Order: sequence, then structure tokens, then C-alpha cells
Amino acid sequence: MAKTTFETALKQLESIVKEMESGDLALEQALKKYETGIEKVRYCMEILDSTEKKITQLTRDLDGSIKETPFDHE
Amino acid sequence: MPDHETTHIYSVSHLTREIKTLLEEQFPFVWITGEISNCATPASGHSYFSLKDAQAMISGVMFKNQKRNLKFALESGLKIMGLARVSVYEPRGTYQLIFEHMEPEGAGSLQKAFEQLKNKLGDEGLFDAVHKQPIPLLPRKISIITSGTGAAVRDIIHVSERRFPECRLEIVPVPVQGESAIEQIVCAIELINQRQQSDVIILARGGGSLEDLAAFNSESVARAIFASKTPIVTGIGHETDFTIADFVADVRAPTPSAAAELTVPEKKYLKQQIHDMHFDLLSIMTRMMTFYHQKVDDLHGRLKSPVQIMNMFNQTMVSLCLRMQQALQRQICHDKDKLVWIVQTLKGTVPDIRFSRKQVLDRHHQLFRAMEHCVIQKNNRIQHTAATLAALNPASVLNRGYSIARTLPDKKVILDAGKVNVQDPIEIILAQGRVLTRVEKTIHGKDHI
Repeated sequence: MAKTTFETALKQLESIVKEMESGDLALEQALKKYETGIEKVRYCMEILDSTEKKITQLTRDLDGSIKETPFDHE
Repeated sequence: MPDHETTHIYSVSHLTREIKTLLEEQFPFVWITGEISNCATPASGHSYFSLKDAQAMISGVMFKNQKRNLKFALESGLKIMGLARVSVYEPRGTYQLIFEHMEPEGAGSLQKAFEQLKNKLGDEGLFDAVHKQPIPLLPRKISIITSGTGAAVRDIIHVSERRFPECRLEIVPVPVQGESAIEQIVCAIELINQRQQSDVIILARGGGSLEDLAAFNSESVARAIFASKTPIVTGIGHETDFTIADFVADVRAPTPSAAAELTVPEKKYLKQQIHDMHFDLLSIMTRMMTFYHQKVDDLHGRLKSPVQIMNMFNQTMVSLCLRMQQALQRQICHDKDKLVWIVQTLKGTVPDIRFSRKQVLDRHHQLFRAMEHCVIQKNNRIQHTAATLAALNPASVLNRGYSIARTLPDKKVILDAGKVNVQDPIEIILAQGRVLTRVEKTIHGKDHI
């Protein structure tokens, strides 16, 4: 699910940065973490930029069927 | 002038006390209604105020202990109804109301019902923090349960567009007051939960009276909120309005706009956060690489090939050799100097061998001459002695006619005639040969020739 992955990715990114800031990592580890970190950055940015603007209205008809229609708020 | 005999004269205290007794007996407890003004609560915790209506005003006080039971805050402008005693404050001669109990005027059945339901649901644990669900950081889709036409929905959309323009919003229009409001709100919460498309629900309504907010204080809505698997943020009425729905909700926002602020993340901030971390990653990695590069370079520089090591040893050796030679030369120079000095010193003290040699040679000559002289002397003496010896030789005596007579066989030289007898064999040695004969006669004495 997008909500968990964005939040998880952001948290992972945070922990990677903290880990690298601590300076306890060997170079190989640091490189791996760095790659993972950059992946997370790309992933998070993609999610932020890919979301489409959309406002809809959810209504139930008299016969009980559900309808999702664009919502005009202007 | 008053007549002192018949007229009773009061002291101030006395009169005040009489008035106090009169008032307290006449009005032990009264129910009174009015508006609070000039309300002040000093550090003591007691509240002092005036209770007034259009025409009159009475001082009032409510002590800290009684205030503990109040369900609202005392403030100026509030219309109240309360139970009070009337008393006189003797030092100032003023009378005042001491309130035992007070409630906002008009707090009727709705308020009572609200309190009862609140207590009931509270006791059941519906408001407990353990049941509160976290609001996702970046909701995939937000469902908004509110009036489709009110200001609340516009406010929420406005805030959302400002914070995160691309955020997916889904409006679920419901009547927020009136007969069907409760049922419709409950249905909407259930519908969103069934569809499982939204990550969070905003339940919102603009401000209104306690009566207007009735649906949000209903038990059905409270239980629907509690049952919702999707987290719910409420934004109902104004800052001061608290509904049952607010207590049950996972997060309570004071207004619809605030609910949107809490639910919709700020895109700019999220991006900034990610940018910052991206930058941190880059700079840390760059720093790390620079560090390791330098380290490798440094170690490389310190790494020596065998040739270098040999060269180094060679250099050391050459240098040692040089130093050795120099040291040796210095030593030689030093010793040479020393030798020269010693030789010179020696020269000063050396004995004159030529002189000594001459002396030795002279002595040798002397010795030789002395020896020669001595030998000549001895030779002369030997010759003289030999001549003497030759003169003493018996043979030479014999030559001069003497002879030697010896006994036989003893061959003893006969020097005394008495030693031989007649007829004894004797031998006479002559210069030439010997004569053997016998004694004929012996003549003794010295007279032999």
C-alpha cells in the first residue's frame, strides 16, 4: 500500500541518514546504504509527484448503488 | 438633640452585626439568576464578581472549594443561575452573595444528555488513548464526510490545495443536522470502511449551537466512529465546541480547516525533507570517499618497494662508510701528529750513539792493547819459567854427571845409605842408560864425596 510504503520509505531514509551520520559504517556498508538511500529518495519523490489531482463525490442512488462522480466545488 | 434616656444609640459594629443577622436569617439560601461581570480570580483561587441584571447589581463570591464542582469556567458576560447565601462583609459594610452552586442559565436537557452520554461512553473506554489510530503521513485518499454545500467542505478543499494540490479527496455529502443526519453520517462511515480506498476520514461541520451539533453528540455516530478501521479526524464547529464525536475520534481538530491541516501533509515540506536527506546522503558519501581517497593515497605514499628499501639501506651504508673513513682519517691525522710530537720529544732526549760507539771502540782498543801487553808479559814469564824448569830437569843433572840410585823392585830413590842393605839389588840411572848392581858396602854419614 502506498501509504505504508511512503511513510516506511521516509523512515528508512531517515534511519539510513542517521546511520551514515554516525560514521560507524564500513565503506562497503556505507555504499550499500547510500544506494538504498538514493532509491528511497527517488521512490518518495516519485510518489509525491505522481499523485494526480482529483476531487470526487461519493453518493448512493435511490436503488442503493454507489456512484463516484467528479465534485465541482468552484 | 436626641434623648439619651429613651433613644438607643448603635455603634457601627453593632448595627452592622444586627443587619448581618437580619439578612442571614431572612435569606439563608436563595436561587438567583443574573449575569456575571467584573469577574476576578486572584491567587487564592476564589472568584469575586458582580451579579447584575438590567437594573441592579450585587457583589458575589464563589470560594475555591465550591468552584471545584463547576463544569464551566466563570467569566464575565456569562448568564448564570445559582444557589447562594446572603451575607454581610463587616469591615466594609457591604453585603454579598456567597455561591454554593452555579450553572449556566439555559443548560437544559440537551446539556444533561450530553454529560450523561459522555460519562457513559467514557466509562466504556471509547475515549481511551489506546484505541486512537495514527494518521498516515501521506494519505493515498482522504474521505470527507460533511455537507456538500457548506463552508466546511470549501475550507477543507482550500487547505488541501494549498498544502498538497494533488491530494486525492473524496467528498461524501451528508446532512449535518436534522432528522436523517445521524443515520447518514453512520452510513457514510460504514461505506468508506467497506470500500477500503481511503486512508483517513475527515468528519466535519461548521459552527453551531448545541442543538445544531446534536448529530455529533449522538451515541450512534460515536459508536460508528469507534468502530471505523479507517482513522477519523474531526473538525466540528469552533475552537470552543466539544462534541462526543470529538472525544471518540482518533484526532480532534478545532475546526474543519484545522482538520485538513492535520490530515493533508505539506508537499513543500515533505519535498524539502527528502531533499535535505538526499543532500545529507550525498555530502556524507562525498566526505567519506574523500576521506578514504586521502587515506589510500597516504598509505600508498608510505608503502615502500624493496628497491626503495635497498636504496635506503645503500644510502645509509654509503653514509656510514663515509663517516667511517672520515673518522679513520681523523684518527690517523691525530696519531700522526702525536707521533711527530713524540718523535720530536724523543729527539730531544735520544743518547748520542756515535759518541758511545766511539767510546766502545776506544775501550775495545784499550782492552785489546791491555790484553796484548798481558799476553806478552805472561809469555815472557812462561819462557823464563820454562828456562828455570829446564835447568831443574833431572836429565840435565844426569848430563852433568850425576846419577840416581833406586831400590828394586820398589824403584825408590835412595837418598840415605842407611836405607839399603848389602846385597840389595839397586838400579843406577845414568845420563845414558841404567846399571843394575848389588850393594857391596854401605858407608853412613854425610861425607859422601
